[in-house]
This record gives sequence, structure tokens and C-alpha cells, in this order.
Amino acid sequence: MLLDVKHLEVHYRGIAAVKGIDLAVAAGELVCLIGANGAGKTSTLKAICRLIPSQASAMAYAGRDIRRSAVHELPRTGLVMVPEGRGIFAQLTVQENLAMGAYARGGGDPESQYAAFPRLKERRHQIAGTLSGGEQQMLAIARALMGEPKLLLLDEPSMGLAPMMVEKIFEIVRDIAARGVTILLVEQNARLALQAASRGYVMESGSIALAGSARELLDDRRVKEAYLGEARSA
Amino acid sequence: MDTFLQQVINGLTAGSVYAVVALGYTMVYGIIQLINFAHGEVVMIGAMVAFTVINALAPAGLPPLAVVLIGTACAVPVCMLVGYSMERLAYRPLRGAPRLAPLITAIGVSIILQHLALMIWSRNVLAFPQIIASRTYFIAGAAITTVQIAILAICVGLMGGLALLVYRTRLGTAMRATAQNPQVAGLMGIDVNRVIAATFVIGAALGAVAGVLFGTYYGLAQYTMGSVLGLKAFSAAVLGGIGNIPGAMLGGVLLGLVEALGAGYIGDFTDLCQYGWLSGAIDACEGGGQFILAGSNYQDVFAFIVLILVLVFRPSGLLGERVGERA
Ligand SMILES: Nc1ncnc2c1ncn2[C@@H]1O[C@H](COP(=O)(O)OP(=O)(O)O)[C@@H](O)[C@H]1O
Ligand SMILES: [Mg+2]
Repeated sequence: MLLDVKHLEVHYRGIAAVKGIDLAVAAGELVCLIGANGAGKTSTLKAICRLIPSQASAMAYAGRDIRRSAVHELPRTGLVMVPEGRGIFAQLTVQENLAMGAYARGGGDPESQYAAFPRLKERRHQIAGTLSGGEQQMLAIARALMGEPKLLLLDEPSMGLAPMMVEKIFEIVRDIAARGVTILLVEQNARLALQAASRGYVMESGSIALAGSARELLDDRRVKEAYLGEARSA
Repeated sequence: MDTFLQQVINGLTAGSVYAVVALGYTMVYGIIQLINFAHGEVVMIGAMVAFTVINALAPAGLPPLAVVLIGTACAVPVCMLVGYSMERLAYRPLRGAPRLAPLITAIGVSIILQHLALMIWSRNVLAFPQIIASRTYFIAGAAITTVQIAILAICVGLMGGLALLVYRTRLGTAMRATAQNPQVAGLMGIDVNRVIAATFVIGAALGAVAGVLFGTYYGLAQYTMGSVLGLKAFSAAVLGGIGNIPGAMLGGVLLGLVEALGAGYIGDFTDLCQYGWLSGAIDACEGGGQFILAGSNYQDVFAFIVLILVLVFRPSGLLGERVGERA
């Protein structure tokens, strides 16, 4: 397993947001983590990236225990996150944002992303805060790719985007996976996420309610009712 | 003599020093939203260390420029160490604490540093030895000395160098990224603590040079000099928009100008004898006498008037962003 998390707990001032979940991602997989707002998905990703304190009986990435790692050490080992809400540096230029993405590995050439993201090339000297929501999301993803990730954590990349742009973002995610990057994708758009992924976890109020292959989950009655908006079939 | 041009020259000289000191306030504020009240003390320590070295070397017969350079070269690393230590020991443990805690700590650090200086140098005023033969040039009736020219040139150089560092290097970009969003900066592999420490160290190095320049300009250094100088530079940073680097440069220069012009003209404006209806009532006015309410010794007041006006009418400063605009 590239990422192996056992009994992860996150508390905010005594209130449990993640209640002892197990989660594993093998190299080369695209795994999705779906669930309603407030289920604990973001907390899970932040805990893996060491942005927030957490307890776990095991948390290993590429065979290394990361429970004591500092936030900035993980990107150097190829564990990279695109945070919820994109987290671009709004007052830096597009190009500077991309350069920061390669900071962990000592710098890299933003040119490497421009082939896949021509829109960003056109706007490379623009202040990132002036980009549209979709462009900002592309920038956030391209910036993460600058770090040459082995495991990419994506937190709701389609959030707040128009349907056309959502399609585009999912296309990009599938492309990245096809290039061999392992992905853990957090999404509220359960249908698109399960269609892109090979496996999925369903999170409900801090616990994993269901886990299985994407196919199984797409066909699961509870998933259909709660997350795919399909009416109870007779 | 042309008062206006003269005061512009004097104001630009002092203002460029304020600007360099203001950078130390604004960079730290920009990155951790802390007003580092102890920064003025760092500047003072820079001046004191340099003056001690310069006074010790003055009789040795070295070229004056070499003496000043050696003094500065001693002051800069001392101040960098002071800046690093205060961040490491006083502020870093309070990261994540409510904002009032580091702010009060900063006042405490300031008091500690000032009293440390008092213990080392006592209350003595260190005078700048008469080693530099300053020449005076005249432009359109106003005088400018070689010392003023040197101060202006060095400050412009420091500001240009800092701008290059902040806007053109990897460390500078990392500093700006950290200022905007430290969490995401960490996700990029930026060691946020190191970037913050670097910010303190760079600000302290600038402060050290500014302290030497300021002491050289006025010819003396004392353990109390950091308070007023620090408060003025802080006012300059607020005037330009705290957290904004070009703003600190602009604010410093403007503050120097306001102060110098204010000091140059306040005597004329507050000479009650020029107001006809009053002059009759004041005995001192008889026979062309003067009755000046406030003279150029009120110079220091202007910085604080500017600070108050900015805080009342434009708290975000001249170039500052509105609060809430940060990413
Ligand atoms: N910084 C925080 N402080 C307190 N509670 C939080 C914080 N962040 C999230 N929570 C709470 O933790 C729970 C899980 O949140 P989150 O992980 O953001 O869920 P999701 O990403 O699935 O929407 C929610 O109840 C949320 O209100
Ligand atoms: Mg979330």
C-alpha cells in the first residue's frame, strides 16, 4: 500500500470529526472518498498531510511512518495535496504559483505544465486572484503536479464550478491517473467520482459507512438513495 | 537660504532611514500579523554596537570609511542574531495563540532589549567621532552634505536589494506565499518556520544598517534611541499600509518629508505676532518681535499626527489592501 491509515481520529476541541477510520490506497489506484458536507473528509486529508493534529494506530506513506512528520517534509517525498477551496496564492502570478509547487524538489520549470494547461500559459504573468474559478482550480492542480507527486490528494476539485468546468476537471483527474499518479479524490459529486475511480469509501459523520469497488458502490441501494439522488426503486 | 528645498533634502534623508526601518515592521507584520515593537530596539543595538566599534577603532588611524564599514559589519550580524533569537524564543512559542499574547510579548522584548543595552552601555550617549570630513554642496540655495548623499544612496540601495530579494528570488516568493497562506505554503514544501525566521533576520539586518546611518546622521547613539525612531518607522509602515513592502518605502519617505517640512514651517505658522488681531495684545510683538508657540523642537509630533490621521481616515494605509482581501 502506498498510503495506509489505521484507526485515524481527529478531534476539534474535544469534538470528534473523524472517529477511527481505516483507509488504504495502493500505488496506481484512483480511490475516491465521498460523503455529505461535514462528514469528515477534509479533516481526514488534512490529518494525512499533518496540517492538523490527529491520532492513529498507523499512518504510513510509502512504507514510512508519517505520524511525526512536519507538513513541509511530505511534499518532498511525493505526497502532495490540492486543498479544499484551491488555496492558490491570489496575489502571486500564475507562474509564481507554479514555481512554488516545485519548491519541495528545489525548483522546476513551469513550462512543463503549459502543454497540458494552455489557459495557464496565456495568463502566466497575471495575478492568480484574477483567474476564474475553473482556471484557479486548474492552477491549483497544475501547481501540485509541479511537485511531481506520487500520491495526489484532491479535496473537492469540482466545488463551486459550472457543469462544463466540472467535466473538464474530471477529465484532467483521469488523465493524471492514467499517467500513473496515485490519487485519493474527495468529492461531493459522488457519481462522477465513482465513475472515475476504481474504488471508493463512503464517509458518514466521521466513520466509513461503506467501502468497495466503484462498481459495487454505484450499484449499492444506499449509495443510490443518499448520494446519487436516485429515488427508491420499487 | 531656501527653507523648502532644504527641508525636502533633510526630509528625504531622514525619511529614507525611516523607510528602511519600516521595512522590518512591515515584513514581519505581513508574514505573521505581528507588530514587532522590539524592532526599534534592534535598530538601537545596531547603532550602539557600531558606535562602540567605531570609537574603539577611531584612534587607530584607519581610513574613516573602513572604520565605519567595520563598525557596520559588526552590528549587522549581532542584530541578525538578536532578530533570530527573539523570533525563536519569544514569538514562535506563541504561534497560534490569540494575537494579543505575541503583541504584549513584543512590548516585553522591547523593554528587555532596552534594559540590556542600559546594562551594557549605561546611560552614556555615544558620540560619533569626528573622523569623517563631511563636505557640503549647495543646490539652488540648499545645502546637502556628503553624509546625506551617502545615507540616501545606501538606503536606496538597500530598498532596491530588498525588492529584488522579495520579488525576484525563490526565498522572496516563498516569503510572499507564506504571508498569503502559511498552511498552503507548508503543503508546497516550504518550511514556514524557517521563512518566518529569515524574515526576522533580514529585517534586523536592515535595521542594523539603518541604526548606524541614523546615528551617523545625528552624530550620537543612546540606549533610548530605538523608541522614538521605532515608533516613527512604525507610523511610516502604517502610512504606507502595514504589510505592504512598497508601502513601507513610500510611507517612510513621506513621513520624513512631512516631519522636515513641518519642523521647517511650524515656527512661522505658530508665530502669533503675524496674526494682526493678536499681535496687539502680545507685548513681545512690539517692534517686529516674535511669539512662537511651537518651534522645530516639535518635530517628533508630526509622525504621530500622521499616524493618528491615517488610523482615523485610512486605516489600510496608502497602498494597503482592505482587510479580508488576503487569499
Ligand atoms: N477548524 C475546525 N474547528 C472545529 N470544527 C471543525 C473544524 N473543521 C471542521 N470541523 C467540523 O468537523 C466536521 C468535519 O468537517 P470536515 O472534515 O470539513 O468535513 P467535510 O470535508 O466532509 O465536509 C464538521 O462537523 C465540521 O463542522
Ligand atoms: Mg470538505
